Amino acid sequence: MAEIVLDHVVKRYPDGSLAVDDFSLEIADGEFIILVGPSGCGKSTTLNMIAGLEDITRGELRIDGEVVNDKAPKDRDIAMVFQSYALYPHMTVFENMAFPLVLARVDKETIKTKVDEAAEMLELTQHLERKPANLSGGQRQRVAMGRAIVRSPKAFLMDEPLSNLDAKLRVQMRTQVARIQKSLGTTTVYVTHDQTEAMTLGDRVVVMRGGVVQQVGTPTELYEHPRNLFVGGFIGSPSMNFLPATIEGDRLESGLGTLTMPDAVRAAVAESSEKQVIIGLRPEHFEDASIAGDKPGATVQVPLDIVESMGSDVYAYFTVTGDQARSGDLEDLAKDTGQDMHGDGTTVTARLDAAARVRPGQEATLWVDTAKMHVFDIGTGRNLTAETAETTQAVEA
Amino acid sequence: MSAVTVTPQRRIGWGVVNAVVLLYAFVPVVWIISLSLKGDDTLNDGSYLPMNPTGEAYSQIFGNSDFLRALVNSIGICVIATAVALVLATMAAYAIARLEFPGKRAIVATSLLISMFPQIALVTPLFKIETAIGIFDTWPGLILPYITFALPLGIYTLSAFFREIPWELEKAAQMDGATPYQAFRRVIAPLALPGVFTTAILVFIACWNDFLFAISLTSTNAARTVPAAMSYFTGATTFEKPTAAIAAAAVVITIPIVLFVLFFQRRIVAGLTSGAVKG
Repeated sequence: MAEIVLDHVVKRYPDGSLAVDDFSLEIADGEFIILVGPSGCGKSTTLNMIAGLEDITRGELRIDGEVVNDKAPKDRDIAMVFQSYALYPHMTVFENMAFPLVLARVDKETIKTKVDEAAEMLELTQHLERKPANLSGGQRQRVAMGRAIVRSPKAFLMDEPLSNLDAKLRVQMRTQVARIQKSLGTTTVYVTHDQTEAMTLGDRVVVMRGGVVQQVGTPTELYEHPRNLFVGGFIGSPSMNFLPATIEGDRLESGLGTLTMPDAVRAAVAESSEKQVIIGLRPEHFEDASIAGDKPGATVQVPLDIVESMGSDVYAYFTVTGDQARSGDLEDLAKDTGQDMHGDGTTVTARLDAAARVRPGQEATLWVDTAKMHVFDIGTGRNLTAETAETTQAVEA
Repeated sequence: MSAVTVTPQRRIGWGVVNAVVLLYAFVPVVWIISLSLKGDDTLNDGSYLPMNPTGEAYSQIFGNSDFLRALVNSIGICVIATAVALVLATMAAYAIARLEFPGKRAIVATSLLISMFPQIALVTPLFKIETAIGIFDTWPGLILPYITFALPLGIYTLSAFFREIPWELEKAAQMDGATPYQAFRRVIAPLALPGVFTTAILVFIACWNDFLFAISLTSTNAARTVPAAMSYFTGATTFEKPTAAIAAAAVVITIPIVLFVLFFQRRIVAGLTSGAVKG
């Protein structure tokens, strides 16, 4: 167990491309840190640098206060779980899990005890004599976890360990990973591109984009106070709705209609030199106006395209005509999710109460919780409303 | 439940095809065995199988000290050449498959060039060189060229095998605390074994069957291998061809190859890397 400190770490490949730029992070002992971002954002590279599989171009990496930049992976005492599991196919499950201990010259009895212990924790006891080829995906994944656990390393590094599992198993393994980490209390750095995993697993989440850290914080912080458009759009499912708007005094003119800004929002946008902004509204910030009653906020009239009833909630989709919100951040997000089609107008998702009386193809009166609205600068993507709500980044460990 | 049902017609069809292929392959083999079992008097009797088999030809060649000496030469030279070529090729192939280093392309291109060069064009220069440095008609005189021509073959086959081994296994081994050498020996090498054995078979057969170098770079029994020695067999008289003896020798030198292949073939387990990584 150890604390890991990345101090202005830079990774530049020999061909000049910058993979990670000025990455600074202090990971406390026992903390579960998630690195999340779209593919190619440098999260795996960062993990490999901590592991020692890739050189650090500039900056310092300290584990337990000791600079380990030039140490070989084997001298760092860190275990890693790979996306592909990387099990040794010529060894049985037992031999796979025992391999790190055999290399460390641990005596046979201790090896047996430790492997049996880990196998029990991962429900692999009856598979110990089998070869990886005869295991299911979930079992292989657990063997890979077991191999990391047996030697009680200073830290676990996990590189998208669940992305090869099918959806149901992934949810199951997610809770198991969380449970194992909590019971062992080992510092863990976990890379994923799945924002759900990031939200559910991590003590703190690091959102990366193009090799640059966008925001570090607890899942709630990221969800409620995204620092920029990218974080706002990346975290949350279904994702935040973005609409272009113009500031007109104390009102915002958007495709939704006229939204009166609450005081906090008005204060935040006062300094904005631009009249043009992008507003961000999470699906749950909409509600059927008749249910919302007369809570402060705005009401808008929208024609609903599709209504999906999920039992617990109702998802209503409608299209706002006019210009789409355009920004580099949003284009990156669209590329990542494969939604780089540009239709006419913007589709907005609203999550309403199950009791909402809305019909597809009909006009509906929706209430908008303008107090929770985010206003982003159109040029930089910065969240203008975040500053007022900036919270400390202390770890609640 | 197999998706394809094997109908009787289908089975018979395949049986016929298999029989034709086997017949095509085995007629010459049976023929040469048959020849080796015939006596001088029945050699030209026109029958495909020997009427009254005799081991005369075999006792003749095993009583021939030249042949026995050639057999020893063949086994020694081929085993040494195969072993050395394998060690060098394994290391070179691993480097080519896994590392980026300056001149990598040049090495690959050169080894390909060597294998493309017609060997007959090299015989005269090799003869000159070997007589000049005094290894003509010695074991090293044959081992060296054999290694040279076995290496491109070995490097190509082996680097293909190494490339198939997921690189993540090596990273995993490093993370598990292995030194690069330990990772190679305990993880990569065991997985590359099928490739090593395949290469061993190919290289050994190439050396064993070589006639050109064996006849050109030797002059006495000191290093003459069986294919070359067979061409020096003489009959009872000048006008008589030692057909039966040559056939018997051909049968005898086939046996080590068959044994060698059978021995290593058991170790070529297909799909050894399956289960290492997903997909």
